Amino acid sequence: MGKRIGTEVSLAVAEAVKMAKVDVVSAYPITPQTHIVEELSQIVADGHLDAAFIPVESEHSAMSAAVGAAATGARVYTATSSQGLALMHEILFIASSLRLPMVMTVANRALSGPISIWNDHADIMAERDIGWVQLFVENGQEALDLTIAAFKIAEDKRVLLPVCVNMDGFILTHMIEPVELPDQELVDKFLPAFEPALKLDPQNPVTMGPVGVPEIYTEAKKQWEQALIHSKPVVEEVLNEWADIFGRKYNLIEKNGPEQAETVFVTMGSLGETLMSAVEELNEQGENVGQVRIRLWRPFPKEEFKQAIQGVKKLIVIDRALSPGAVNGPVASEIKTLLYELDDKPEVVNIIAGLGGRDVTRSDFKAMLEKAQKGELKDDYTIWGVRSHAK
Amino acid sequence: MLNKEDIKFEKITAKNLPKETLISPGHRACQGCGEILAMGMVMKAAGPNTIVANATGCMEIVTSPYPETAWRVPWLHVAFENAGAVASGIEAAVQVLHRKNKLKEKPNIIAFAGDGATADIGLQSLSGALERGHDFLYVCLDNEAYMNTGIQRSSSTPYGAMTTTSPPGIKSKGQYTWKKNVAMIAAAHNIPYVATASPAYYLDLMNKVRKALAVDGPAYIQIYSPCPTGWRSKPEQSITLAKLAVQTGAFPLYEVENGRFKITQKTKELKPIKEYLQLQRRFRHLADDDIAYIQERVQDEFERLKALAGLDA
Repeated sequence: MGKRIGTEVSLAVAEAVKMAKVDVVSAYPITPQTHIVEELSQIVADGHLDAAFIPVESEHSAMSAAVGAAATGARVYTATSSQGLALMHEILFIASSLRLPMVMTVANRALSGPISIWNDHADIMAERDIGWVQLFVENGQEALDLTIAAFKIAEDKRVLLPVCVNMDGFILTHMIEPVELPDQELVDKFLPAFEPALKLDPQNPVTMGPVGVPEIYTEAKKQWEQALIHSKPVVEEVLNEWADIFGRKYNLIEKNGPEQAETVFVTMGSLGETLMSAVEELNEQGENVGQVRIRLWRPFPKEEFKQAIQGVKKLIVIDRALSPGAVNGPVASEIKTLLYELDDKPEVVNIIAGLGGRDVTRSDFKAMLEKAQKGELKDDYTIWGVRSHAK
Repeated sequence: MLNKEDIKFEKITAKNLPKETLISPGHRACQGCGEILAMGMVMKAAGPNTIVANATGCMEIVTSPYPETAWRVPWLHVAFENAGAVASGIEAAVQVLHRKNKLKEKPNIIAFAGDGATADIGLQSLSGALERGHDFLYVCLDNEAYMNTGIQRSSSTPYGAMTTTSPPGIKSKGQYTWKKNVAMIAAAHNIPYVATASPAYYLDLMNKVRKALAVDGPAYIQIYSPCPTGWRSKPEQSITLAKLAVQTGAFPLYEVENGRFKITQKTKELKPIKEYLQLQRRFRHLADDDIAYIQERVQDEFERLKALAGLDA
C-alpha cells in the first residue's frame, strides 16, 4: 500500500502530477494556485520529474502553450484560478474542440470586482460551456487521486478531452491534511505512457484547427458535444478502476444521510465535508435530512442525480456563485431544468452562500434548514448571510 | 552572451533551390498576395521537417478551409494573439520528447503571424517566447494593416496610409502614427537572429530563413508583404512594389546576427519615396508636403540604421 503523510493539499496535487509523469507543465502563478506550480517547478528543478516547465508570461499563454505541447504529443498539465482562468477563456474552448487531452487544476476563487483572492465558484461557473470534463473535489485525498485519474480520463481514446479538477481555493489548497500517496508502480500500471491519437508529426502531416465553414460547423460542434456526453461512462469506468487498484471509490454523485431523507442539501466542492457533520448532528436531533454532492459537473450525470434524489420532498441547493439577472444560481438552474420532466418533483430552494471566502458553517446549514422548513426562502434564490438591513 | 561567430548554414542559390512545394497550389489567397508568396519561400527554405503554428489571419483562412488544406507539413492554428505561445508549447514538447527518446529527429518550428497579430494583440506572447529563449522562428508577414477583416489600421500601418479605420478627411491625413518597429523590438530581446526580408529578394529571404533556423534559440523575421486588396495596388505590381519599398527605404533590408547589425540591401542610395507611394491608392490623398515629410523621416530612419550597422563610423 501507499505511504500516508501529512501535507498541504497543493503539494499533494503537485505530487500527483509528478506521479503522472507529465512531459510539459506550462503555468503562470496566481493565488491560491501558486503552491502547486511552485512545488512543481522545484520538483522539475531537482530532477525528480523529467519535464519542461514553461514559466509563461500570462495564463492566456499558459493555455496556448499547453495546447501547442499537447498537439505535439506531450502529456501536459497546468493550473490556474479566478482571473487567470478568465484570461484563458477563449483558448479553453479551442483546447477541447481540438480534442487535446490535458489536465488543469482550478483552485476556485472569486472573480473581481471587488478583487478577492478567496474561494467561491464564480471562476469556473463562468466557464461552464468550455466543453471540458469538470470534476469537483472535496478534500486532499480526493484532489490527489482525481488529479491522476483525470489524465487517464482525458487520454482515453473514447474521450480525448481536457479535464479540469476544481478544488476550493485556500479551504483546500492551503489545508494540511493526511493523505495516502499511492505507489508509483501502481500509478504506472493505472496510467500508462500517453499515446496521442493524432499529433504534429512531419512524418505524417496533419492540419489542426482549420477554418470551420458553415457547411461543417454545426457537425463539428455536435461531435464536440457528443464527445463530452460520451465521456461519462469512461469517467465512471476510470474511477472504478481506481477503486480496484487503490481501494478508494469515487462516485459521480455522492449521497449521505438516511435512505429516505425528506430534505436534501446539494453542494459541490469542500462544503460537502462541513455539511456531512451538520447532517449527522441534524439527524441526531431527529431531522430527516440528507445530502447529495455533485462530483462530476460536466458532463452532468443526469440519471445518477435523479436516482439520488428519488422520493425527496425538498432540495436545498447551495450555489457558491452568483448569476446576476438569472432565475437561480448556476447549479440550481441546472437541477431545476433536470427536474422539470419529473411528475413527482421535489420543491427546490436555492441559496447562494460562501461568496468570496465567506465561511459556511454547520450552524449556517442548520439555519438554512430551519428557514426552508418555515417556507421563509424565496422562490428564486436567497443570498445567505448578507449583513444589511435591506432584504 | 550571444555567440559572436557567423551563423553557419546551408546556403540556397539559384542553382540549388529546393524543389518541394510545401504549401500546395489551390489555396485561396488573392492575386498578387505578397504573404502567400513569402510564406511559400519560407517553407521552401525550411523544408518538410517543420511544424507550423499559424496565428489567425489571412494566411490561416486561405490555406485551411475544412475539408481542404494547403499544408504539406504539420500545421496548427489556435487563435489570433498567441502564435508565440503556441510555438513555445510545441518547442518545449519537442525538446522533452526528444530527450525522452519519444521523438527521433527534432523538427524546425515556425510561427507565422500577420502584422496585427504581431505588432498589436500578439506582442506579449511574442515577447514572452523570445525572452524565454525557445528555439523557433517567428515570421511576421507584414502587409501593414488588418487585411483579413477588411483593411483596418494596425500599429504596423505606415504614416499617411488610408485604411478603413484611418481614413483621410478634413481633419485627418490617414494613419497618424509611424510604423511600429517590431524587428527592433525583437532585437532588443538580444535573441540570436533578427532580420527583415522581402519576397522581391527571394534568395536573400530564403537564406535569412536558413540562418534563422540554424541558430540555437529564437529568431524573428519580418517580411514585407504587398497586399493589392488593401493597398489598392495592381496585383501584377506586387513585386515591383516590394522592390521599391526596399530601394526607397520604406522597408530597408537588414539583419541582426548575434547582436551585430548589417544592412543586406545592395542599394545604399535611396530612390525618392514618391516612386513607391504613387503606385498605391492608399497614399493618393497625400499632398506634396506630406510626401516631403515622409521622405525626411525615411531618410532619417535609414541613416539611423546605417549608424547601427557601423556604416557612418
